[in-house]
Amino acid sequence: MSAIGIPAPVEEHPHDTRTNYLNVAHTLKSWLTTGDHKRIAILYLISISTFFFLGASFAGMIRLELMSPAGVILESETYNKVFTAHGVVMVFLFLVPGIPAIMGNFILPIMIGARDLAFPRLNLLSWYLYMIGGGFIVASFVGGGIDTGWTFYTPYSSMYSNGQVGLALIGIFIAGFSSITTGINFIVTVHKMRAPGMTWFRLPLFVWSMYATSVVIVLGTPVVAITLLLVLLERVFHLPFFSPELGGDPVLFQHMFWFYSHPAVYIMVLPAFGIISELISNFSRKRIFGYHFVAFSSLAIAGLGFLVWGHHMFVSSQSMYEGLVFSLLSFLVAVPSAIKIFNWTLTLYKGNIRLQSPMLYALGFLGLFTIGGLTGLFLASAGTDVHLTATYFVVAHFHYVMVGGSLLAFLGGLHYWWPKMTGRMFADGPAKVSALLVFIGFNVTFFPQFIVGWLGMPRRYHYYYFAPEYQVYNVMSTLGATVLALGLIMPLFYLTHSLFSGARAAANPWGAHGLEWETTSPPPTTNFYETPIVQDEVYDFDPVAEYEQQRATSEIFDPGHPHRRIDKEGESKPGIAGADHSSSRAADGQKEDR
Amino acid sequence: MPFNFPLAPPSASTFAGPYDTLFYTLCAFTLLFTLLIFVGVIVFAVRYRQGSKADRSRPVYEDLRLELTLLGIPTILGLIFFYFGAAQYIHMRTPPKDSQDIFVIGKQWMWHAQHSNGVRENNTLHVPIGRNVRLTMISQDVIHAFYIPAFRTQMMVVPGRYTTMWFNATKEGEYHLFCNMYCGTQHSEMGGKVVAMAPEAYTAWLANGGDNSPQLTMAQRGERLYNGRLACNNCHGVADNPRGPSLVGLFGKRRTFSNAVAQVADDEYIRESILRPYNKLVAGYGQEMPAYESELIDGKLTEENILELIAYIKSMNASTAAGTNVAPGGNNLNLQPLSIRAGAAGPAVNALAAEKEYSEATPTGHGKNLGVNAYAAENNR
Amino acid sequence: MATIAHPGDHGHGGDHGHDDHGPLHHQFEDIEQQNECYIVGMWTFLVTEVMFFGAFFLMYTVYRMYYQLDFYRAHEHLNIPLGAVNTMILLMSSFFMVMAVQGAQLHNRKQVIGNLGLVQLCAMGFLTIKFFEYKEKFADHLVPGVNFTQNAAELHGANLNHAQIYYGLYFGMTGLHAVHILVGMLVIGALGAMWIKRDKLVTEDYVPTELIGLYWHFVDLVWIFLFPLMYLLPKPH
Repeated sequence: MSAIGIPAPVEEHPHDTRTNYLNVAHTLKSWLTTGDHKRIAILYLISISTFFFLGASFAGMIRLELMSPAGVILESETYNKVFTAHGVVMVFLFLVPGIPAIMGNFILPIMIGARDLAFPRLNLLSWYLYMIGGGFIVASFVGGGIDTGWTFYTPYSSMYSNGQVGLALIGIFIAGFSSITTGINFIVTVHKMRAPGMTWFRLPLFVWSMYATSVVIVLGTPVVAITLLLVLLERVFHLPFFSPELGGDPVLFQHMFWFYSHPAVYIMVLPAFGIISELISNFSRKRIFGYHFVAFSSLAIAGLGFLVWGHHMFVSSQSMYEGLVFSLLSFLVAVPSAIKIFNWTLTLYKGNIRLQSPMLYALGFLGLFTIGGLTGLFLASAGTDVHLTATYFVVAHFHYVMVGGSLLAFLGGLHYWWPKMTGRMFADGPAKVSALLVFIGFNVTFFPQFIVGWLGMPRRYHYYYFAPEYQVYNVMSTLGATVLALGLIMPLFYLTHSLFSGARAAANPWGAHGLEWETTSPPPTTNFYETPIVQDEVYDFDPVAEYEQQRATSEIFDPGHPHRRIDKEGESKPGIAGADHSSSRAADGQKEDR
Repeated sequence: MPFNFPLAPPSASTFAGPYDTLFYTLCAFTLLFTLLIFVGVIVFAVRYRQGSKADRSRPVYEDLRLELTLLGIPTILGLIFFYFGAAQYIHMRTPPKDSQDIFVIGKQWMWHAQHSNGVRENNTLHVPIGRNVRLTMISQDVIHAFYIPAFRTQMMVVPGRYTTMWFNATKEGEYHLFCNMYCGTQHSEMGGKVVAMAPEAYTAWLANGGDNSPQLTMAQRGERLYNGRLACNNCHGVADNPRGPSLVGLFGKRRTFSNAVAQVADDEYIRESILRPYNKLVAGYGQEMPAYESELIDGKLTEENILELIAYIKSMNASTAAGTNVAPGGNNLNLQPLSIRAGAAGPAVNALAAEKEYSEATPTGHGKNLGVNAYAAENNR
Repeated sequence: MATIAHPGDHGHGGDHGHDDHGPLHHQFEDIEQQNECYIVGMWTFLVTEVMFFGAFFLMYTVYRMYYQLDFYRAHEHLNIPLGAVNTMILLMSSFFMVMAVQGAQLHNRKQVIGNLGLVQLCAMGFLTIKFFEYKEKFADHLVPGVNFTQNAAELHGANLNHAQIYYGLYFGMTGLHAVHILVGMLVIGALGAMWIKRDKLVTEDYVPTELIGLYWHFVDLVWIFLFPLMYLLPKPH
């Protein structure tokens, strides 16, 4: 066995020859007609990652172009199409589906002890809808591109733009239904398919987050679907919904659009919160501090998130009174997020922390999301927002929460559950380097954008030759982007490499707590060979006992079973040497210190 | 590229003071809490890392009082920040009754402003300092936004309804004006400047019909280049001198070159002499004039500029070659709107035209960075 | 941690398990869980439908507030008696649907098939009347777009643009509703076919029939809101 502490990833028992979800069938048809949530998650992983790199290459073009005040190689019309494509792909094809469709699909049923989601065929339909929607969106790029911005403000998008707006709107409409079906599936699954003993308050916080996300999806997405459909009808049939020349109201579009699109950002970040809870607790080997508060804060964010959309419209000509109401509510919606950050940080206190790559991503998240969230306050305050809205300050703010937040959590979760999903362990060295490059590159890219936005640089600007003093910050930002790109490309290599040459993973290579770690890596098609019955509390670690064990016995805990140990003969034995294990818990599984 | 790291926009309106106070307070608060979390995370991650000998006895998993405190503090701070932000917002959204009115129309891709006495201007807005000014705005097509960072205020300009914003400028100078709501291809070129003037100067400007002096002729533009950015007059003075021959009365004159070839000076000759002077050195002079071909390639000099120079040279007689900066009429030429931009010569040319326009404001040296205050200082000459 | 136990043999052979309880899908432990999931799933789907139509209703509300008089004038061209008949038809169809679900609960195949047939007839009747209403409006150039009428008489004096908004919303909302009716007819047709063929999926357990019933009631309910909002406008002062 390896040195004290870090569990060896290699298998402790002979290679499991039972079939798992990956090798149960090998044909393409078996993949494309599967109902297995795990296979669907892998299908999503491949397609979502592809779209991510597409969106990221658009971002690269943007940063290249902005190095000079008068542009580098693009015409304005092309540049406008590039930033629109970046937004549409990243929002609708990466951030909104990302964590729910990949990690939610794969892990959520296993976490609650179910064999699959409630509606497997609906799940498969969801992936096909995503692909068709994505196809239409790509078709709109290939067919000439769209230059409206991902927000499609009318009347520019409905009456003036010459791009392939129709195709893009159809694509987003269809992708929206992909999202809705996933949301319905998760809600029903969490309500009705928990294993015996898995009560609501024994659910891992990832499940709470996915549940809250699904509620937001189900309530918000249909509204934007209709709104975009109406824009399409206006474009095609000249219906006067949002065009003032015909009696329509362009600001009404903004209300309806943001009614979804603000909760959409919570769709993007709540799953990330869930992953962070899992990473922080499992890599501190300690139950999350204030579990109930963290669980309820997800619901609070989901609810309050529907009441704040007007903070995108403080200078839109909506009335001052509306602005004040939205500003107040926007400050309130920040509070549950603050609770989470505090609780995660306090979880680290007196934990037993291991700094493997998933934990590095989680710790990076804590810092970057804090900055992102706090800079949101500048925008929630109506007075300060008047100067900052639609500048690079906003761009920096949302990239801090979306990239510094959601993307980092996505990467952390991907690394964390990679051995479970693939049955292979990746090399942690390159993963840590990659995490560091992402962190550094990200900050160098986006921090200068706060400054240049405060100076007044508007967003969606191709040229800024009126204000050449902005150039120095733009150049800094582009330099950071190259480092960030490097950090993001690296996982492609070492993760793919692990598929072929990585060590085979044990059931619980991280020594983590959760039903997903009780089954093999990768799991069988039905997730468990026998239905689990849950008797322990969630995040049932005992860091004190663990540490004492390590100090006293120089034996390590059994990674597959955190409350067992491996003795000198390599045998797995219950309990902790020298500690009275049974009396440290009350009969119902509560720890006596709680 | 000069090393200029501006960290704050100019503060030029009555909003800026309270705004900046609130902004910097939020910055401090952000910094404080960020440091709190960063330090907390790093300290805990180091102290309680696996294998360290820290005291892990009696770990805490719930603490209702602490939680409620951690809930209460952000809520209260949030409410406080809300209050101050709301107060400023109400102030900014309530134009005072004694405001002077200026009307603004936004359209793809330019701004058109009309002052109360009928004076009009494009892509520029002249305002008096120390007075409340209210803009009433509407768009002719799509949604735009009228944004003046130095005044800390902006408002969307919407088709089909009027929107208003107001400000009270406090410092003379020229400030950026941007369109701040994406409106199509030339969104980023739909800007200009706000010119804040002393009230008397503003009144005089209005009385003079604003900038409605006759358009500059090509010769006048050429003169600005000749005596300004390109500084041809450094060598080509009124009379022949060791540095260079005089260009007075050049057009149509017969020149003899150092290789004994002779030619009557015409447009082509002048153009060639600007771009590649070494090809046609006037007898008695060596190869001293820089070749402006490289500037043409770089885009610092345009064909239009060359035509303007030619026009000026043609017009040169002994009196006009004296090297004055000021065009007939007495208006400060630096504030002319760009006529080139309204044309469709392509974004690259427009970009250069704009750069040329701005850099012409500083007669000696080009490419100088234009911090706004420097710009304003120049105009006070 | 979790104790791995062996529950009864229920779920195991479950992919096409034909238990006593009817075809149970493999992911469910027992038929009760399956049924509960379907019911909760259908209700969640109906919530999304409420939000879907709700966006339209919101637009209608906003524009009606802006242009009350013009909406009143434009609506005068609608045929209220026909709309009322359609309302009665849909209400009756909901009743027949309830009877069909009861038949499923009582394992009374004839009752189910008969009532489902009546539901289809009602739906057909509804769509037929809608067809004639639309035909009349097409003929009167009341479809928004380039061919919209300029004739003030047709619009009863309403402002051209505002009338276009009204009719845009009219066609949008009733059109979307009609699409839902059509989809409902297809699904009910499939359901009826399964009952005719005595497919175990529907005969052994009433929940699939009940799910379709839920959907149908929702579609009816949308119309109950649409009809007064679009047809029964009070004259503004």
